[in-house]
Amino acid sequence: MTVADVSADSNLNSMRQGGAASGLSHRSRARALRNELARVVMWTAFAIAMVPLVWILWSVVSKGGHMLLDSHWWTNSQRGITNRVVGGGAVHAIEGTIIEALMTALMAVPVGVMTAIYLVEYGRGRLAKAVSFMVDILTGIPSIVAALFIYALWVTTFGFQRVAFAVCLALMLLMIPVVVRSTEEMLKLVPNELREAAYALGVPKWTTIMRVVLPTAFSGIVTGVLLGLARIMGETAPLLILGPYTKDIATNLFGGLIPTLPTMINQDRTEVLQPAVDRVWGAAATLILLILVLNLAGRLIGRLGAPKT
Amino acid sequence: MAKRIDVKDLNVFYGAFKAVEDVTMTVEPRSVTAFIGPSGCGKSTLLRTLNRLHEVIPGGRVEGSVHLDDADIYAANVDPVAVRRTVGMVFQRPNPFPTMSIGDNVAAGLRLNGMKNKKVLAEKVEASLRSANLWNEVKDRLNKPGAGLSGGQQQRLCIARAIAVEPQVLLMDEPCSALDPISTLAIEDLVSELKSTYTIVIVTHNMQQAARVSDRTAFFNLAATGKPGRLIEMGDTQKMFSNPTQRTTEDYISGRFG
Repeated sequence: MTVADVSADSNLNSMRQGGAASGLSHRSRARALRNELARVVMWTAFAIAMVPLVWILWSVVSKGGHMLLDSHWWTNSQRGITNRVVGGGAVHAIEGTIIEALMTALMAVPVGVMTAIYLVEYGRGRLAKAVSFMVDILTGIPSIVAALFIYALWVTTFGFQRVAFAVCLALMLLMIPVVVRSTEEMLKLVPNELREAAYALGVPKWTTIMRVVLPTAFSGIVTGVLLGLARIMGETAPLLILGPYTKDIATNLFGGLIPTLPTMINQDRTEVLQPAVDRVWGAAATLILLILVLNLAGRLIGRLGAPKT
Repeated sequence: MAKRIDVKDLNVFYGAFKAVEDVTMTVEPRSVTAFIGPSGCGKSTLLRTLNRLHEVIPGGRVEGSVHLDDADIYAANVDPVAVRRTVGMVFQRPNPFPTMSIGDNVAAGLRLNGMKNKKVLAEKVEASLRSANLWNEVKDRLNKPGAGLSGGQQQRLCIARAIAVEPQVLLMDEPCSALDPISTLAIEDLVSELKSTYTIVIVTHNMQQAARVSDRTAFFNLAATGKPGRLIEMGDTQKMFSNPTQRTTEDYISGRFG
């Protein structure tokens, strides 16, 4: 028996005796105090965490919310409109953000999900460890580095023009690790018993993964993809380097630059004139709303596809 | 339909660890054979080698041979997937597919292997559920999720799912250990019915269950923790429970250890 054990034992004995002497109704005041203290600390931490969140939402909605109520905001672009004039809309930037996000997801989700399948279902030994390590590194890459890498590849090495597709490539680099990690976690949650049940029916491994494992993990995978999307939709560095702002509607991913909400915010953020300032806050509010809607939609999809109980 | 299983000089390994040593036995067709023995004696491992399911665990491999009638299931040109279509399995805990309805669960083995004919599938589902004594309880809710059933019903659903692919052999790995006595009775009755069609091997920790349902019993034991499990004795259940030849068998069956 160690010294600590002995002292713990004697503590226990004195507690027992104390309990016997004063009866069962006795409640340790020190313990109650510690309990109260812990409660206060946790509530304070919660409140501190909520302050910036509420503050951000409040400033964005109070300063930019009214822009969203104007129907032109959703139908017009900023074509021909200067920072002195009220008017115009953000439809060019909204469309641009959605198009680039979808294109990025189109490339990143298959790669990410299949990488996760490899890591969970097939990966053994060194290669799997290396892949997992790479994904970790990719997670930590700052967005500006991803953007510079694609710039060096796309413009310097290949000599192409800057186009929106290059932006998508950079965003893809940022989205893949998020999708891999979240999908991996979800696939690990699928009980092995389900895989074995399928194998025992003579179902090949690939069919088991496609028809049993993936459907079971579906809602979690959707959530992960949405997290990734939310991250890249607000990403600005790749856009600044690879796809600067334009005021016109542009939708061709390979034919030039596409304006987006983050670059729209960046464009006017140093202006002092009220119309431009309003547009900055309006674009910010729109971006938050867009991500919110996307999350709700994803949750709905996840719920519809989830196992029913 | 039912096939006979011949195990010869079988050693089972997980990586460098030898889990089962030197097992030779014959499992008769259209009968129930029970594997009994203390935890860790390798009876579940041996069961999983009969449909090559131990291979899904990294490092799992065997030495020796297992024949189904005359076919060596470990021959070089044999596809483990094909073996598992012939040798079905029911697991310790009921494991219906959570994303599928009751009907789809039963049809899973056929459908995931490419069967598309809806009429044939529906017939198979009904026939399998009837064989599993579950049809009357679920016929009005075939498109409801399987997870809504009770534990015993789920296990019978898993049996229906296993027999829907028309295996020759049915392996059961402690199928009642998660069930209450009434559900257990339902499964045991079912096992007694199914043995007219299939070769059944059942692993159980419940000695009374082995005595009730099996025709032949195999007793496994291990010398010490970390040592491989061995087949101590195999024989007619009647004789094994009344007059075993080995002392350890008698000790185990009479509850003196394990």
